Amino acid sequence: MSGDNNSFVRKEMISERIPPAAERGLVKWVRENLFSSAFNTIMTFVSLWFIYSIVVAATPWFLNGIWDAETVRECYDLLDGKSGACFAVLNERFPQLIYGFKYPSSDYWRPNLASVLLLVALAPILFRKLPRRLLAFSAVYPFLAFWLIWGGSILTSVSAFLGCVIAIVCYRRFSSRSFAIAVLISLIAANVWWIIGGYIVDLNDSFLALKDVPSRDLGGFMLNLLLGTIAVCLSIPLGIALALGRQSGMPIIKWICVFFIEFIRGVPLITLLFVANVILAFFFPPGTSLDLILRVLIMMTFFNAAYIAEVVRGGLAALSKGQYEAADSIGLDYTQSMRFIILPQALKISIPGIVNVSVGMLKDTTLVSIISMFDLVGMIRGPILSSTDWNGVYWELFGAAAAIFFVICFSVSKYSQWLERQLETDKR
Amino acid sequence: MAEKLKLEVSDEIAIKVESMNKWFGSFHVLRDIDLTVNRGERIVVCGPSGSGKSTLIRCINALEEHQTGQIIVDGTELTSDIKNIDRIRSEVGMVFQHFNLFPHLSILENCTLAPIWVRKIPKKEAEETAMHFLEKVKIPEQAEKYPGQLSGGQQQRVAIARSLCMRPRIMLFDEPTSALDPEMIKEVLDTMIELAEDGMTMICVTHEMGFARQVANRVIFMDDGQIVEQNEPKKFFNNPQSDRTKLFLSQILGH
Repeated sequence: MSGDNNSFVRKEMISERIPPAAERGLVKWVRENLFSSAFNTIMTFVSLWFIYSIVVAATPWFLNGIWDAETVRECYDLLDGKSGACFAVLNERFPQLIYGFKYPSSDYWRPNLASVLLLVALAPILFRKLPRRLLAFSAVYPFLAFWLIWGGSILTSVSAFLGCVIAIVCYRRFSSRSFAIAVLISLIAANVWWIIGGYIVDLNDSFLALKDVPSRDLGGFMLNLLLGTIAVCLSIPLGIALALGRQSGMPIIKWICVFFIEFIRGVPLITLLFVANVILAFFFPPGTSLDLILRVLIMMTFFNAAYIAEVVRGGLAALSKGQYEAADSIGLDYTQSMRFIILPQALKISIPGIVNVSVGMLKDTTLVSIISMFDLVGMIRGPILSSTDWNGVYWELFGAAAAIFFVICFSVSKYSQWLERQLETDKR
Repeated sequence: MAEKLKLEVSDEIAIKVESMNKWFGSFHVLRDIDLTVNRGERIVVCGPSGSGKSTLIRCINALEEHQTGQIIVDGTELTSDIKNIDRIRSEVGMVFQHFNLFPHLSILENCTLAPIWVRKIPKKEAEETAMHFLEKVKIPEQAEKYPGQLSGGQQQRVAIARSLCMRPRIMLFDEPTSALDPEMIKEVLDTMIELAEDGMTMICVTHEMGFARQVANRVIFMDDGQIVEQNEPKKFFNNPQSDRTKLFLSQILGH
């Protein structure tokens, strides 16, 4: 400033300078995040010491780990008193952990192929940028996977698939008249086809047949993946339908949905699984029974759907009334306004909740070990730990199970975060 | 404001409301409403808040259900028959106070959705129509953007274009400028004036009295759920008959 008045004219513009050393890069980050106050500094050192002691204690256990041994005793001999893990159990029992102990070992390629194809089938559903034609494969995949995993003639799967196609064609054909009539006709047509198809399959039950594998022979992580994938995939549409039903203006539909949701949410999953395992059998005529896996799947789907319904209801409630009114006012009917306006927005809001519930479901598939199904945890608790060869190898086995689930669940949650960012259009 | 629009009004009846009543629970919001709107008429509805203006026009496209009496829109009576309601809604455009654009769709998609799925118009043709109306409301360059990226005035003009894309025969405006900043009100009103010049049948709930003077051929004053006074704008503003109208006008024009 010059003189005693307030006028000022800059002669030279100030060029841009970098911030001082303490205010940029790593130094700034460390100062602000680790040492911003005395308390934080103490906490930083305590945490560092904590991490250090865990690493120091665990590293030799990992590094000394034995990967090649026949029994736990051989492991201890090889370790010779040193601390070390006995990873050999993972090596030796790998097929049991993944496929269970009864799946025919010559046919391991079948679940392997099914899981690789699962990724192909999921890809176009998860990533919108992929060509839409791939969805045709996703539609065929469930039937293909059934044939691969359970075996039998391919005609069973083909017949089931054709039944679904017939149902969809009938629905399309009659849906312009009335929703109820279209649903009824397509159900009847599909069932008629399935009865006819059943006879055809019985006549040629060796056509392109793979070795039959009964449900009780499925096990290991394959079982977890199977239950988790199917339950999650079925429960999302069912949950959406329940959420919409709960908002319905038709009292009977509304009360059925409310009762279903509240009942299922009020009961622990374990109870439902016991019901599936034991009690459900009393309700079927003697001599007939639903497959145990199917019963468990139904319960898990219902359980997950009830929770997803509540998450989606939250999403629907978060939309302003104006969105419903705007959709109505431009002449969209109920189905169109739900499909194009309400659900895309409500589901976007619901993604974190749906993923949260579904990741929980994936992990809860391990509960089936309690009703004596040999999933990953069931295999570990049962045949492996109780064998004399691998008695007492807890850390390695459960650590491996945790690692497998962590990888899957963490990827799912990362995917959901990515999807949320993709769908962000309404930010100013 | 510019001078009064001179427009022909046909004898054909577009909307006929006869002794219509509506209750919210036990609250009697609309009482014995009788209203006939001819094709090409531009009607401004005003009145204090809570007087039932919005509810009245929301009844006309069945966003609210009336309990007794008759509403006939474009020759079709509004009953609980959902097919009739959907048909009437596609013939009657509605513009809301808070725009209600679809935030997950681009401007162009906002405008083409209903023509494609309700009118079954091919996508390309629907897009051409949409661009035509976006040009009419003077924002064709925003077509690829999302509603959240536009200003309030622009959003409201998109909302008008979205309604026009259905080629409605009647347009309803529910306080279209009340949520806008002062400098954006004019751009929306200009769009509405242009629409009136094209001969659109319009019912506008608004407090823009300048707009009413310039465009309306009838002003309706509502209070306590009933039509208290209606007249052509000049007489309505210069020579109001009822005390309630006088009070209302003195309050909104007094400063």
